[in-house]
Amino acid sequence: MILAPDLTISGSAAIGDATLFAPLILTLSAGQWTCLLGGSGVGKTTILRLIAGLETGAEFTGQITASDGQSVRERVAYMAQDDLLLPWASVAQNVTLGARLRGEKPDLDRRDRLIEGMRLLDHMDKKPGELSGGQRQRVALARTLMENRPIVLLDEPFSALDARTRADMQDLAAEALQGRTVLLVTHDPGEAARLGQSIVVMAQTGITPCQPPHAPAPRKVDDLETLETQGALLRLLREEAA
Amino acid sequence: MKLLSALAASVFALAIWQGIVSLTGLPKFILPGPALVAETWWQNRWVIAEHTWVTAVEVVIGFACGTVLGVVTALQLANSRVARVLIQPMLVFTQALPVFALAPLLTLWLGYGLWSKVAMAVLIIYFPITSSFFDGLMRTPSGYLDLARTMQASPRAVLWHIRVPAALPSLASGMRLAAVYAPIGAVIGEWVGSSQGLGYLMLLANGRAKTDLMFAAMLTLGVFSILLHLIVRRATARIAGETR
Repeated sequence: MILAPDLTISGSAAIGDATLFAPLILTLSAGQWTCLLGGSGVGKTTILRLIAGLETGAEFTGQITASDGQSVRERVAYMAQDDLLLPWASVAQNVTLGARLRGEKPDLDRRDRLIEGMRLLDHMDKKPGELSGGQRQRVALARTLMENRPIVLLDEPFSALDARTRADMQDLAAEALQGRTVLLVTHDPGEAARLGQSIVVMAQTGITPCQPPHAPAPRKVDDLETLETQGALLRLLREEAA
Repeated sequence: MKLLSALAASVFALAIWQGIVSLTGLPKFILPGPALVAETWWQNRWVIAEHTWVTAVEVVIGFACGTVLGVVTALQLANSRVARVLIQPMLVFTQALPVFALAPLLTLWLGYGLWSKVAMAVLIIYFPITSSFFDGLMRTPSGYLDLARTMQASPRAVLWHIRVPAALPSLASGMRLAAVYAPIGAVIGEWVGSSQGLGYLMLLANGRAKTDLMFAAMLTLGVFSILLHLIVRRATARIAGETR
């Protein structure tokens, strides 16, 4: 297993003269899932994109560091709400996209293992257009795992799925990404309560750490403490917005 | 079904045409009827075929050269900011010039033969091909580019693995447009100076008041253009379809 570092983001961001988020310090614990929960427009996606080294349109003042002192953006894998599968490429080709883009020879055994793990073996040669939404997100997850990076950034990857498929994907992702430093940006308190080993609520004013449930993640959908946490998170979100 | 509706539309057009001829009673050197044009076409089928062949060669070479040039230009424009600054305004400016006015110049430079017509066809299709492919290349969904960035892809790899395939449907629509334009370019070239080709035949027939022959040549050109369009449509269906 690759060694995943702690990540610390400290700083503030502004778009023009308007503050996007006030100075904050967010720590992602090594090998753990941190769920960043917040409403629209509070800058949670901006934080994720800053870590990934992507365009944000905002001016960030501060720094993003890994506990092992090595570069961050070269060690991330990224998964978004849109599966970002190339429609002209097969499932197998999509999974190995990273290697092809870097001009490397993809590890085909690993590819096949991952595709099998995602229960997609029968769909290897299909185009994304022939798959369901859940299958497409599984391909995207396989592509993310294929990158084999210690830091994984998930930007609401399950929010467009129906409730049952979403719960399935949450289980699958929690298992597959074990041991990596994961940042999950979400607006769904239920998702944060199920998956977060550390949960942080973000608002314009700053971030508030919250107590995650005691059960190990992924928690059962009907676990009482998880449901209570979900309620508490939703209440907090509403208060922050008010 | 498709064939049937095309047939119905043709019959309808012929009926209107014949109706106008019958109602107005115009002399045949002003407006010949469809029956006369068909007869003339049949009588002159070998002459028409010969001239069609000449025009077809010009069009096909022009189409191929124009497409290659357009694709290369679009790639350069997409790849380099300098190219965009230097070439793009010139491209737009050339589109503001009436191509007809350039035809005599091309004849002066390239002679009466094949190449002045090829050049004309190239000039006319170069812009639609370039601009449609370039547009496609610049409109790569930003999510793909983000993903590629997190994968440490080089700009070159992004171009070949993502931007070009994503732009192929745009290129296909440019090529389909070009298939209709290219014959017009070749015929303009023939009008200005030539001794063969459908454009030459039209001009010749018109000058001798053989309006029926002029119509026969013009309709042949029309049918040829539609055929070319259909062939290009079929040929590009794969790149347009697979990439959607």
